[in-house]
Amino acid sequence: MSFHSRPHGRSSGFIHPLSSEITPRAVYESRRDLLKLMAGGAAGAALASFAGREAFAQATGPHKLALLPGAKSVVPGAQTMEKLTDYKDATSYNNFYEFGTDKGDPVKNAGTLKTRPWTVEVEGLVKKPGKYGIEDLLKLSAQEERIYRLRCVEGWSMVIPWVGYSLAELIKKVEPQGNAKYVEFVTLADPKTMPFVGSRVLDWPYTEGLRMDEAMHPLTLLAFGMYGEVLPNQNGAPVRLVVPWKYGFKSAKSIVKIRFVEKEPSTAWNKAAAQEYGFYSNVNPNVDHPRWSQATERRIGDGGGLFAKRNKTLMFNGYEAQVGQLYAGMDLKKNY
Amino acid sequence: MNKLLVHPAAKPVVFLLCLLPFAWLTYGAFTDGLGANPAEFLIRATGDWTLRFICIVLAVTPLRVMTKANALARFRRMLGLFAYFYVVVHLLCYSWFDMGFEWSDIAKDIAKRPFILVGFSAFVLLTPLAATSFNRAIKALGAKRWQMLHKLVYLIAGLGLLHFFWMRAGKNNFAEVFVYAAIVAVLLGWRVWHYASKRKPKETAGVRGGSEKSLRSSAG
Repeated sequence: MSFHSRPHGRSSGFIHPLSSEITPRAVYESRRDLLKLMAGGAAGAALASFAGREAFAQATGPHKLALLPGAKSVVPGAQTMEKLTDYKDATSYNNFYEFGTDKGDPVKNAGTLKTRPWTVEVEGLVKKPGKYGIEDLLKLSAQEERIYRLRCVEGWSMVIPWVGYSLAELIKKVEPQGNAKYVEFVTLADPKTMPFVGSRVLDWPYTEGLRMDEAMHPLTLLAFGMYGEVLPNQNGAPVRLVVPWKYGFKSAKSIVKIRFVEKEPSTAWNKAAAQEYGFYSNVNPNVDHPRWSQATERRIGDGGGLFAKRNKTLMFNGYEAQVGQLYAGMDLKKNY
Repeated sequence: MNKLLVHPAAKPVVFLLCLLPFAWLTYGAFTDGLGANPAEFLIRATGDWTLRFICIVLAVTPLRVMTKANALARFRRMLGLFAYFYVVVHLLCYSWFDMGFEWSDIAKDIAKRPFILVGFSAFVLLTPLAATSFNRAIKALGAKRWQMLHKLVYLIAGLGLLHFFWMRAGKNNFAEVFVYAAIVAVLLGWRVWHYASKRKPKETAGVRGGSEKSLRSSAG
């Protein structure tokens, strides 16, 4: 039947039928329209928006990339209820400085990125170091769909259905040594395919880091896909991090190296502007960026468009119940 | 050139050209054409256009002298007022889309953040220039004092550049800032050079004697 024949751009051996493929397309699309109408008409109709969210998760992708469905995650906090950001906005408004500093640049320039073959090197204080192929990583644990809020340090946010599994699954497999206190992530810096790596905007390659307990937190996601498909290049293909309670730049894209270390690793933005971007970078409405308040945020594509009111930013981006204890006793104004 | 510039249609045509960015932004705002974050796009685009109009208005005199197209001077006031128009729209967009017209928040933001304060100061300083742009104001002030007042534009350009520089500072993304700074520096540098070469007519009299007179008569 025709609705089975979606183009699979880069099929990588992880194609499974989605429920949207079993339901005839016309049927689920009309259902989606109906749900959108319901959600739009009756403000606060929680049921409608919840159901609408499911329909969105299946239907907003471009159907161009290889499918990567994930089972609904049961990790607490992994199923945010807000309306999803449109796939088009989430894939055309990106910070990925290797491809340009304008938010429209990555979608224009990231087509050159080659995501196969791809290996992630695990090294440092770890019992099983080595190079892990992307195919092996994809199969390492069951893929889950998680709907996270993403809050950018610039004061905007999105709601994105990611596909991946807890970074903890990988960490457990490679067995870090007892003295490993931090995890450092190094991302690709290939001047041939990444036109901006020649610029001096950042000290390439882009590096990020987490404390071991943050890295092991079940919400910390090693993501391979979004909206039921593999990651588009501009969103950090083929594998990235998503740390939903921290500002977006902590979620390193296109990772090539994961290093277990004893000392707090220096991170790209901290090196560039230490007074503005600390190591922790937890979303915190009470700690302003030196040039703007972090008390509110603009939700991209929440339907209100230009005249939508800004949302109040929540402590730890709304994940306080899940991650608050990681920072008990810490002065978050000092450790920003 | 001069003929074209004094054509009765010239001013309306330039006026409409100056309105084009505004028309394009308004159209984009109502047709979902400003990308994922239309508010941010509007705030940045109107800031860009303010800086561009400041550069354009500063370029009028050098261009006029170099091309001897003296009729260019007819457009300087309008271009200056468009710089003011775009900074007002810029400020409105910030007050509306970023601050939701919460005046106390806006006041706090201006007081707390140097980069906002600098931008706001540039707007405040530009206001008397816009307010004294009609002929009666020039008469009332006297040409000399009026000219002194309007020399503030250099300070305003500097503050505008600093505002832009600071806004980009955290992200180390200065390419565009440097382009505008270079344009302003060249236009300012030309004035310094021009003024200096006028003040030493004797040293260069042999070479420049002829053009010296016309330069002086058209200086403004």
